[in-house]
Amino acid sequence: MKYNKDNYKQVVDEFTPKNKMLKNCVMAFIFGGAICLVGEIINDSFVAWLGISDEEASPMTAVVLIGISALLTGLGWYDKLGKIGGAGTVVPITGFANSVVSPALEFKREGLILGTAANIFKLAGPVLVFGYFSSFIAGLLSMLFK
Amino acid sequence: MKKTGKTYIIKDDVVIRDTYTIVGKKEGQGPLKDKFDMVIEDDLWGEDTWEKCELKMQKIAVENLKNKNSLINENIDLLISGDLLNQITSSSFAARALELPYIGVYGACSTMTLTMGLGAMIIDGGFAENVICVTSSHFCSAERQYRLPLEMGGQRHMSAQWTVTGAAAVWLSKSGKGPKIKHVTFGKIVDLGVKDANNMGAAMAPAAYDSLNQHLQDTGIDYDLIVTGDLGTVGKGIVNKMFNEDNKSIESKYDDCGTIIFDINKQDVHAGGSGCGCSAAVFGSFLYKKLLNNEIKKLLFTATGALHSPTANLQGESIPGIAHCLGIEV
Amino acid sequence: MNYLMSFVIGGLICVVGQIIIDTFKKNNAYLLVFFVVTGAILGFFGVYDKLVEIGHSGATVPLLGFGNSLAKGAMEEAANKGFMGALSGGVIKTAPGVAAALLFGYIVAVIFNPHGDK
Repeated sequence: MKYNKDNYKQVVDEFTPKNKMLKNCVMAFIFGGAICLVGEIINDSFVAWLGISDEEASPMTAVVLIGISALLTGLGWYDKLGKIGGAGTVVPITGFANSVVSPALEFKREGLILGTAANIFKLAGPVLVFGYFSSFIAGLLSMLFK
Repeated sequence: MKKTGKTYIIKDDVVIRDTYTIVGKKEGQGPLKDKFDMVIEDDLWGEDTWEKCELKMQKIAVENLKNKNSLINENIDLLISGDLLNQITSSSFAARALELPYIGVYGACSTMTLTMGLGAMIIDGGFAENVICVTSSHFCSAERQYRLPLEMGGQRHMSAQWTVTGAAAVWLSKSGKGPKIKHVTFGKIVDLGVKDANNMGAAMAPAAYDSLNQHLQDTGIDYDLIVTGDLGTVGKGIVNKMFNEDNKSIESKYDDCGTIIFDINKQDVHAGGSGCGCSAAVFGSFLYKKLLNNEIKKLLFTATGALHSPTANLQGESIPGIAHCLGIEV
Repeated sequence: MNYLMSFVIGGLICVVGQIIIDTFKKNNAYLLVFFVVTGAILGFFGVYDKLVEIGHSGATVPLLGFGNSLAKGAMEEAANKGFMGALSGGVIKTAPGVAAALLFGYIVAVIFNPHGDK
């Protein structure tokens, strides 16, 4: 065979269909924007009903969005949205919630402790590890420089 | 030695006496819908877990095959089977229920021809008279093990393939009437550095080309139809290109089970079907019937497998491919 | 007006994410990590606050906003409590979200069953 590891890549690229990036970006824009819009509506509602500031309402909004996303994942609807919306459903905090619920749900059959509970952070674990790590570094650096 | 080049010659009769295929709902809505023996209504089939559903598919396929042909365990020398799951779970637990002497093998998606090739050699070597070869795959159990959770948002890439939910049991015998396995070529692993687990067709194509080329060179047979297991649209294109460049085009008589089992345009499977069950279900239903009806007299059936592991993939390894050929003649 | 900007800014951030997925073909986990860390970096340099002013929820809802909260929380606590503040500040500020994900996630996983994909 005349192909080896060096020249095979060109053949692969020739035959591999490209993802429809333009269409995906448009959908990501629409879905992502919509989720953020919903977030804004929820945020404004909290500010109006509870008389609190934007900053105080923000974590509450996050909690509500997470709850909605968890429910939609449990109902089996979130992945259908994700198919169309792509990154528009992954990037908002709802995507984080979905990445927590989906493995937990899927491994349920291995029991509620080592199946469900152990898999809660299977995909979201890296987010927390790197998130907390970045946070710590930011805090330390701020002590040194500010 | 009963060998020509790297291909084994099956001297005495090894007859494919019968097959039994069970597939899932999506496969049952595809182009081959009327040809399968059974279509299950959902991905659990009354069981608690997808893994239990998959083993039930293997078990029932074998039991129905036996019942159709009035076979009892005393007649059957060996059960050879395999699947995609860790520790070939479905096969082992199905074998537990079937109570036959059992050889478990792992060939990933090449399992159908791997088991049939081994069965043919064991029969031709005088060590058995009746062997049952089985394999299966299940979309949910495979995705769970190899990829991301099913409920997770996000899109599949256009080169990705859809793991078939399907099982097939094939009865090989020393006697009786039916298409015969005449040649067996066990492929060697070929790995040209594809690391993208979303592009299995491209990863396996070089191995398919290598084994097909070896077999055709060794036997010199002019087959009516050459079929690979699950290269999908991507891998199929690559294999055709490789043979065209050798001036030995097979395009007019070459097809792939991954593109036969689903309607690529209507069924949202991107590059086509994959999984052990893909080649197994297509062979057991569609190809076997063509042989019985004499629509084709010489079939080169080659299941293709990607022998990667998720662990190795994370460690930066590429995906090794393998393909095993069966030369079947009426 | 806030609603429009939320939609637009949020949408644009997601488009960046989509370009990354389609170009680099990595899975979701890598994308989430990238956005959290980037958000923390932008938060550290004070840049993200401007985006929040313009985009409101379009900036706070994406995971970039989560990263931003992590960084800001750590910096605020570090100013008061030094090392211990740097360690715990981000965790405290984002605790409601993380706890919600964990708890709601577990409850949903217990109540519902995984679906196949036909």
